[in-house]
Amino acid sequence: MIATTTKAPRRVESLIEWGLFVCALVSVGTTAGIIVILAVETWEFFRTVSPLEFLTGTEWTPLFAAPRFGVLPLVAGTTLVSGIAMLVALPAGLLSAIYLSEYASPGLRRIVKPTLEILAGVPTVVYGYFALLFVTPLLQRLLPGLSGFNALSPGIVMGIMILPLVCSLSEDAMQGVPRGLREGSYALGATKMQTSLRVVVPAAFSGITAAFILAVSRAVGETMIVAIAAGQQPRLTLDPTVPIETMTAYIVQVSLGDTPQGTLEYRTIFAVGMMLFLGTFVLNLASAWLRERYREEYA
Amino acid sequence: MKELAFRVVALTVLFVALAALAALLVDIGVDGAGRLSWDFLTGFPSRRAANSGIWHAISGSIFVIGVTGVLAVPVGVAAAIYLEEYGTRSKMARLIEVNITNLAAVPSIIYGLLGLGLFVRALGLGRSVLAGGATLALLVLPVVILSTRESLRAVPKSIREGSYALGATTWQTIWHQVLPMALPGILTGLILALSRAIGETAPLITIGAVTFVTFAPQSLSSAFTVLPIQIFNWVSRPQADFQANAAAAIIVLLALLLTMNAVAVWLRDRYQKERQA
Repeated sequence: MIATTTKAPRRVESLIEWGLFVCALVSVGTTAGIIVILAVETWEFFRTVSPLEFLTGTEWTPLFAAPRFGVLPLVAGTTLVSGIAMLVALPAGLLSAIYLSEYASPGLRRIVKPTLEILAGVPTVVYGYFALLFVTPLLQRLLPGLSGFNALSPGIVMGIMILPLVCSLSEDAMQGVPRGLREGSYALGATKMQTSLRVVVPAAFSGITAAFILAVSRAVGETMIVAIAAGQQPRLTLDPTVPIETMTAYIVQVSLGDTPQGTLEYRTIFAVGMMLFLGTFVLNLASAWLRERYREEYA
Repeated sequence: MKELAFRVVALTVLFVALAALAALLVDIGVDGAGRLSWDFLTGFPSRRAANSGIWHAISGSIFVIGVTGVLAVPVGVAAAIYLEEYGTRSKMARLIEVNITNLAAVPSIIYGLLGLGLFVRALGLGRSVLAGGATLALLVLPVVILSTRESLRAVPKSIREGSYALGATTWQTIWHQVLPMALPGILTGLILALSRAIGETAPLITIGAVTFVTFAPQSLSSAFTVLPIQIFNWVSRPQADFQANAAAAIIVLLALLLTMNAVAVWLRDRYQKERQA
């Protein structure tokens, strides 16, 4: 009697566990799917174009009659815009985090933190509008030579977009620093600024670095701001005032056009996507590893 | 002196960031408020900016997010339950966990390429609502899993132990005790995940959601456009009239997101009060 009443639920139990496990496997399937699809198309692409030409060529004109497949101009465009975004987001995000973590009153924190969350939740296409139709005209008044499409304006706006990420992750890291370290510093006569900059920030260093790396990864993968405001002219330059094209914006450009599927031109977006995926993958792993290490430091 | 200067600089930086948000909102409000009208909300796109509406894009967004929710919510919650309640110690669970953290940071346009290869071509769904919704479901899945786990973890261990002590099985404990307690938190996470999906543009462009669709979707296999793509389309045109349309559509999009976020915050507050009571 007892055996029959416990056996049936047990079978149901293990069935449920199986079902849940399969759902958890979907995420592994997603990663596998990304890698397989990018790899297959990239492989097809490299059967026609040599990887050496792709990785070292300085001209990217795959949609022209005489196509050239050197990816460096797109890499340069991505690097330039991300670099500008980091010049804005890293210092500003870190300073904001220091202020919120070490100085701000609880009341101010209660207002500022949700506001920053809103800033992080605004869709990127909205930031694109802001960059093209507000920030660029504003900058053109200061820099008359600035082109209507350029790297500077989307870079700055992207920095503003990423700032909340840097700020909240860095602040989390600083909050994780034990109180005792701060008190020890005060006991030695240090001021609040000295304590913040010489004790708390160094102590939270790996956590803050993890936030910075994640910010770079986010900038590299950001699409709509650059697709709208940076132009569609791949060129190998570090001049922030002229139109450029990033890897992500190129994928958008081809997706919007009427390039037939299965052609070499079409496969370029998967090859570019592969570079993008590998680049951000390495950054994400590095960031996760540092975060893990940080957690262990004060566990 | 240095102390004061540092404080002033840090505070200034913080307020410049908030001022940027204010500038963004004011700029869009000024540009777009004049175009908002009932006809704009219920109309369809037209070659003349002044006659254009966004009903096709609003209904497209609703269709796509519906599909995303139906696919991502059950799978995501189930995966979170597995990771949090069953498999926390196994090697496999650890691997899945690392994988999810990484997936959450993969650029959204990569999901577009995945959707293009998998749903549009391999599974032959074409450039349909179903393909778009499924692509966004994979995109928000990590977010759903991470936030659901967070809510499950907040349920005290003693609840589970009490349930086991009364002879309940693992699943009975989860279904009757843990899930009801975690529900408000889970719902909050789900709303935030879906509101992220509503604002996504790049992956849907990549799978080929067309920018000049002029009708509301009729079924899951219809071609479609969504609000952010319509905004992108209008921003990219040189005429100021269309750009005003874009600003008006942005106001609608932001209003939608704000409503969803307000509901999420309300749920979270209610939840916190209940737990303290």
